[in-house]
Amino acid sequence: MRNLQKYIGIILPLLVVAALMLYPTITGKAAARETAFTILKAIALASSLNILLGYTGYVSFGHIVFFGFGGYVGFYLLSSQGMSLWVSILAGGFSSGLLAFLLGKAILRLRGAYFALATIGVNEAMRAFINNFDLFGGPTGITLNFKAYLAYGGAAKALEMAFYVVGGLAILAILMSYIIRTSKFGLGLLAIRENEDAAEVMGVFAPDAKTWAYVLSAIIPGMIGVLFFFKNGNVEPHDAFPLHASIELLVMVMLGGQGTVLGPILGAFAYQGMRGYLVTSDFFKDIQLSVSGALLLIIVLFIPAGAVGWLRQRFPILRRVLA
Amino acid sequence: MTLLLQVQGVTKRFGGLQALTQVTFDLPKGQILGLIGPNGAGKTTLFNTINGVYHPEEGRILFQGKDVTNKMPYHLAKMGMARTHQIVRPLNELTVRENVMVGACFGHENQSLGKAAKIADEVLEFVGISSRTDQLAGSLNVAQKKRLEMARSLASHPHLLLLDEVLAGLNPSEIDGMIQMVLGIRKQGITIIMIEHLMKAVMNVSDRILVLDYGEQIAEGSPKEIANHPKVIEAYLGDPKLAEQLMEDD
Repeated sequence: MRNLQKYIGIILPLLVVAALMLYPTITGKAAARETAFTILKAIALASSLNILLGYTGYVSFGHIVFFGFGGYVGFYLLSSQGMSLWVSILAGGFSSGLLAFLLGKAILRLRGAYFALATIGVNEAMRAFINNFDLFGGPTGITLNFKAYLAYGGAAKALEMAFYVVGGLAILAILMSYIIRTSKFGLGLLAIRENEDAAEVMGVFAPDAKTWAYVLSAIIPGMIGVLFFFKNGNVEPHDAFPLHASIELLVMVMLGGQGTVLGPILGAFAYQGMRGYLVTSDFFKDIQLSVSGALLLIIVLFIPAGAVGWLRQRFPILRRVLA
Repeated sequence: MTLLLQVQGVTKRFGGLQALTQVTFDLPKGQILGLIGPNGAGKTTLFNTINGVYHPEEGRILFQGKDVTNKMPYHLAKMGMARTHQIVRPLNELTVRENVMVGACFGHENQSLGKAAKIADEVLEFVGISSRTDQLAGSLNVAQKKRLEMARSLASHPHLLLLDEVLAGLNPSEIDGMIQMVLGIRKQGITIIMIEHLMKAVMNVSDRILVLDYGEQIAEGSPKEIANHPKVIEAYLGDPKLAEQLMEDD
């Protein structure tokens, strides 16, 4: 019983993902798979962002840059160099991680609002660069030759496979998040979040720890990018670096509870559910981003700890259970 | 007698402000050095310079015989230096135990999480806040937060401990408890430098005392020597001769 309680913090999130992966099969509807794909993608991205935002306390407004950059690199290898999807996904994750490492060395010495501003700049600079980078197709991007799907049993099979791969990546992101949260490295990150100067005095190598947190938060988004563009069949700068998607990720993490394993998962779930409703409603469909903005404002003002954080504060007993 | 810390001609400026001027002293292993001086004398600046928060413009600092003048605080923590802050810096959203575990995990012993939790429980018992172990650090009162600072630095089992006004803001019974604790720490073989305004406490606890005034080292010696040192009396009470003259006039 005690053991079960100890691991419930990881079992619960994994159950959510398992349910999402089974959802299309159970309902048997084609649209269900699309919905579940979007939610799983959001879970993977939000859980990754949480490593930096929730554990380390650094707000990245441009986290989608890793999704776009890794996606571009992997998609280029896939479509123009004829590499397999698996190699491309790994390459996408690696290149995003490398980008984060270099960026981390440069901008992680900034604190608070200055770091947040720098991350926006990075996203926009990357978008402008790709727009003018001929190898990646410039403003028109790259389109996948339809034949590429044949290697995975045709388009229909490939899309189905992409769904299970995104589920796998979501699980990977959650495991990573959980392992970091419960490790010594994670304790160092939490110390940095609470008071970076005090953490350094106690011996936390803050510059290194922050850089690694940034790298770890960038890898999965890069992999997801490759998979997403593979599923779409093309990539354009406009789709790869949407600033509003970065902000939506922030809303998801804040909504569910930053700094917890379960929070970003619930946040991603709730936010995508709400978004799905808003974009199909006549009244909200054009202003759904304003609703996200208002939501972020309400969270910051009234429940800055997010849903899971609020529950943990309200019911201290849950602190042991909800990681 | 081995020297744990050597401060040699350390000078620190902030723009036009001379915060420390040619401060020089040696600290043998196992001693308690009291650091006193009026407000703004540069005591905390000296701590910050010793533990790598600031880097001096001139001079050298040797810790365990190694030059650490331009090292960062985390390097010094790894070498076995720990400190508390005058203005407490608890990790508010972490529990008291987790706060102390950070000290044990990232200090010079580099403990694993499991071992650190054990050390945390021992140290919290020693500083007397073991009943608060699972509370968030932010919920403690000031006296408890001071004890938490102490516990965090002790958990790393340091060679040198820098205590920055651990008695300030405590009531008399809390002060007695804290003084006993400091003496207990020395018994464990830990060398201490303590900044303190409370004269009685410094005089009783310290083996030697160093006096700073406007960043200059105006006296160094045993508590007795310091108590009768004219420059110290001047810095604290004004000009002693003037006082004598005034008395003669009566």
